[in-house]
Amino acid sequence: MTEMLIIEARRTERQYWRDLWKFRELFYFLAWRDFLIRYRQTIVGVAWSFIRPFLTMLILTLVMKVGKLPAGGVPAPLFVFCAMLPWQFFSTAMSECGNSLVNNANLVSKIYFPRLVVPASSVIVSFVDFLIAAVFLAVLMFFYHFTPPPQILFIPFFVILVFAVSLGAGLWIAALMVEYRDFRFIVPFVVQFGLYAAPVLTMTSHVPERWRWVYSLNPTVGIIDGFRWCLLGGDNLIYWPGLALSVLVTLSVILSGLWYFRKTERTFADTI
Amino acid sequence: MGDTIIRVEHLSKRFSIGHKREDGDGLRHLLERSLRNPLALWKRCRGEREEFWALQDVSFEVQRGAVVGIIGRNGAGKSTLLKILSRITEPTSGRIALGGRVASLLEVGTGFHQELTGRENIFLNGAILGMSKNEIKRKFDEIVSFSEIEKFLDTPVKRYSSGMYMRLAFAVAAHLEPEILIVDEVLAVGDGAFQKKCLGKMQEVSRNQGRTVLFVSHNMAAVLQLTTRAIVLEKGRLRFDGPTEEAIERCAGIISSDSAVFFPVENLPRQYRGTERVRFVSFHFDRPAPIFSPGENFLFIARVRALEDAPRIRFSMTVFTGEGVPVGSCFGAERPGLRCGDEAEFEICIPNPRLAPGHYCCGVSVGKGDNRTAQVDYDTVLETLAFEVRPEEGHDGTMAHWSRGWGPVVLPNLKYQRAARVNGANGETNGKAVFLNDLAV
Repeated sequence: MTEMLIIEARRTERQYWRDLWKFRELFYFLAWRDFLIRYRQTIVGVAWSFIRPFLTMLILTLVMKVGKLPAGGVPAPLFVFCAMLPWQFFSTAMSECGNSLVNNANLVSKIYFPRLVVPASSVIVSFVDFLIAAVFLAVLMFFYHFTPPPQILFIPFFVILVFAVSLGAGLWIAALMVEYRDFRFIVPFVVQFGLYAAPVLTMTSHVPERWRWVYSLNPTVGIIDGFRWCLLGGDNLIYWPGLALSVLVTLSVILSGLWYFRKTERTFADTI
Repeated sequence: MGDTIIRVEHLSKRFSIGHKREDGDGLRHLLERSLRNPLALWKRCRGEREEFWALQDVSFEVQRGAVVGIIGRNGAGKSTLLKILSRITEPTSGRIALGGRVASLLEVGTGFHQELTGRENIFLNGAILGMSKNEIKRKFDEIVSFSEIEKFLDTPVKRYSSGMYMRLAFAVAAHLEPEILIVDEVLAVGDGAFQKKCLGKMQEVSRNQGRTVLFVSHNMAAVLQLTTRAIVLEKGRLRFDGPTEEAIERCAGIISSDSAVFFPVENLPRQYRGTERVRFVSFHFDRPAPIFSPGENFLFIARVRALEDAPRIRFSMTVFTGEGVPVGSCFGAERPGLRCGDEAEFEICIPNPRLAPGHYCCGVSVGKGDNRTAQVDYDTVLETLAFEVRPEEGHDGTMAHWSRGWGPVVLPNLKYQRAARVNGANGETNGKAVFLNDLAV
């Protein structure tokens, strides 16, 4: 005899996480679906995952050359790409994640499953793109005969950090978007603007010392610096207080995101 | 108690209906208002919205293996109840204890993705409905053969016909093997043969596998066919819980208008203006729901009022299918009529109209004369008197099937007037007709 399942006004937290585990295959299936349909009816198919970052890198490198921006003693494409890697992941993951619930509104309003599965799996899809772009970076380094410094061992830490901040921001937006579709228009703007607010084209060290901590409140600043420090070394130093601040902000974004998502989740089906 | 699989205790669900906000919904409005009046934001979160109880203090129990119908008119709280049972939304108060996995066919095909192939969608939909990958693999062939789409497995479902789409979707859902199956209006789609297959599957699920089924439908005939017990909801409250026939009876007055049994027509505008010597006041069926069994006499009661003297009157009627196609007409004989101001009731019967299962509607006229004499209609009422003929019970206890392509009339069973062997295989008849009755066949 199976145990009784209790449905009450306030479901217990423990049961939720147990359900999440029970539905773990759904993570995989939703991510698999999003990945399958992404390149359906395209000619070059998965190659787009390479072409997109390549084109962006070309353009940004061009901008750097024209603006004669310093590249921290490494080839400009490498300098740009090391920043683009986390930035691209953050921006796509955040917006995909933010849209995920509304895009799957039919599922949310018709079938039960822990809602966390939907935004989380959309971040995973973006993460696959991130990995593909990382392979592209390796090819680029090989092309420039560039050997990464020993700090590269710390890269997993920064990957986790960018994953956490993307998911956290995504959860906030996803939950808010259920009621306020305004975020559908706000997010692309934030992403566009963020490219300039984050040190993708510049180095953090150019920001006046007095204002650096303010700048570091943007969690992507510490993350991008971290990526450059791990992968390129050289002039790309880490501003440690800034990094600490980034970690703090990231932690609060992911925790508050989870909290808000869980809090509003019970009414998603009614409001979506 | 040991065999109770669903126990619902004092279940309530409150919705707050967002009242129409003048300058639109969304964030701008929220910001604007909170700028104008910082308290407004707080107020908005606390009430100020109209509250509405979709369910109120509903309690019932369901035993393992039971098939229970849930009926009630639109907005009675049926869907809300099912949504809570399938955990899509949370109750405001109350408690439910479930003794097994719940699968809901709230809307078959949810989670199908247009771009994915049939094969991919089986896996995706299975996972969404809570099956594990191994479970889906195990049942894959069964699902495919049930849905009859073998040839199109690797075609994106966006190229499917709607029938194929539905079949595949139902096939996945039907193979879930949950302990509790929730079915809501799935049978509204698909052709007759497929509907029968679905109903058969549901019966199999409950009878042979001992699973519990909650069945929600407006199709009273199907509810009557499938369930022995039904729950009637009205305005969020449980109004009746007991034998289906009685439930439908209780429900009759409150069910949506298309299954009403009383039709006040006196003040209804008429499509055809008659001479108005006599006018219809009302019709009603002498039964709890406008459902007739096949082979049964069609019977209703018409009340008329004479606005002038009408020395002789007769009634006539035309039966239309649910789609508005005429099936046939008939006239009654003239009979002594009414004096001005009289109100009279007539019980009108068509002896066994031989209608096939389905929905029908009649047009009724009162007048004089018929197709062989000069005919005058005093009053005609169309598209009001709607009824349903329920499917016949098959030999195996399931619903007998009548394809829509066979037409709306069940003709009398054919008879063999003569059966003769004309040219036997052995040539023993030599071209002479030999009656089969005489042959040892």
